[in-house]
Amino acid sequence: MTACDPELWSIVTLTLRVTLVALVIASVLGIPLGVWLGLARFPGKRLFVALVYTGMSLPPVVVGLLVYMLLSRSGPLAFLEWLFTPQAMIVAQTVIALPLIAGLVMGAVAAVPGDLVGQIRSLGATPWQVRWAVLREARVGVLFALLVAFGRIVSEVGAAYMVGGNIQGHTRVLSTAIMMETGKGDFALALALGGWLMVLALSVNLAAMRLQGRSL
Amino acid sequence: MGMRWFFILCGILVVCSGCLNAPEKCITLATTTSTRDTGLLDELIPRFRAKTGIEVRVVAVGTGQALEIGRRGDADVLLTHDPAAEQRFLHEHQGTSRNELMTNDFVLVGPPDDPANVRAAPSGADAFRRIGQAQAVFISRADESGTHHKEKATWLAAGLEPAGDWYIRCGQGMGAVLRMADEKRGYTLADRGTFIAQRAKLNLAILHSGDPEWINRYSVIAVNPQQHPHVKDVWAAEFITYLLSSEAQQIIAEFGRSQYGEPLFRASRWPLRNGH
Repeated sequence: MTACDPELWSIVTLTLRVTLVALVIASVLGIPLGVWLGLARFPGKRLFVALVYTGMSLPPVVVGLLVYMLLSRSGPLAFLEWLFTPQAMIVAQTVIALPLIAGLVMGAVAAVPGDLVGQIRSLGATPWQVRWAVLREARVGVLFALLVAFGRIVSEVGAAYMVGGNIQGHTRVLSTAIMMETGKGDFALALALGGWLMVLALSVNLAAMRLQGRSL
Repeated sequence: MGMRWFFILCGILVVCSGCLNAPEKCITLATTTSTRDTGLLDELIPRFRAKTGIEVRVVAVGTGQALEIGRRGDADVLLTHDPAAEQRFLHEHQGTSRNELMTNDFVLVGPPDDPANVRAAPSGADAFRRIGQAQAVFISRADESGTHHKEKATWLAAGLEPAGDWYIRCGQGMGAVLRMADEKRGYTLADRGTFIAQRAKLNLAILHSGDPEWINRYSVIAVNPQQHPHVKDVWAAEFITYLLSSEAQQIIAEFGRSQYGEPLFRASRWPLRNGH
């Protein structure tokens, strides 16, 4: 493999695909969860919040091991036949990203001034309208949460290696390819792949900044 | 972020999961790293695919992990190099067949100036004894791979229990261990194929080889479909038949000659014409 051939292209597209799908699933679940946690008051909330914060620092290799055991042909979800496929990587990356997004969105929502929330409520907004208004108010924080989650997923290597298997043309992503090439001693290629990873991260961040400049 | 964004994202999701669908015929091969890292599988698998239309997905790990993947039924074929562990695997009825595919040998590599003077050792065990007595840096795979098991057997034969600052348990693949040996100017036991394939990037030399105990046998194992109903035994059998065919055996016997000046493996079912 050289620095820009079809194999590299398949690695870059798979990296983007796995990362984006995991990010979308984690956002669809994590943003509402974060908004709800940021606004709701209920007994045991502190424990729940502590769990989310713990999840934010969940070691990816532990997630990888658990997902591996779940999806293994000897595991409870064997019928999916997902081990060593991109789907398995998406599952693991979603589990890693979900608490991150939920926790950061929760923080952003909680930072919206309480009297503003009260004002929206006093104007007769329904609970859903309140949540929506608060989410709009906290949009910079939400965008930040998505960027952090993107960075975490795209650079994650432990879980991706374990449940994906680093299969050429099938589950090899940039991070696992870098690890493999470093192991083989091909530092030049590993470095080139690292460059691609940074290009990817940079373009996503630039796109996010444009979005922020335009609509936030 | 309005509802429209939500739908756009969901659309991306659906499109992407569509692209992720697996092709119809594919098998998973769990293999020791040396077959991938040397590039041998890149020679064999595309040819097999062109012949049969079966895609082979390669998960390259240490032999210990490859056998464990087989035990869980997560692969259809295994390519490993640890006869004792493979026998245990068969005794557990985890595999239906085991065929020796090829051999090469283990070599003791280290810094060319050879601080423990293992070049003069009459046997592999004696070479290890010299390293232990000199407390020269030794990098161990320490990952239950075939190479690691051979290393442990050699320490046993040397009558030494390696321990101390000089004995580094690395826990990584062969390539990473060779690099660490290079960086730390230490010794390590390596399979000849991986070492030759990476020799140009390393300041390490073969200091001891030819011990009759240091033959490295690679075997291909079919995972038992009776233990794991998902196993694609028919396609796996086709792959094994191909690996043992004279076409594949000839490729193995010649592999590496043009690039490294000598073959990296000896094919088990192809007439031997050259030694190392």
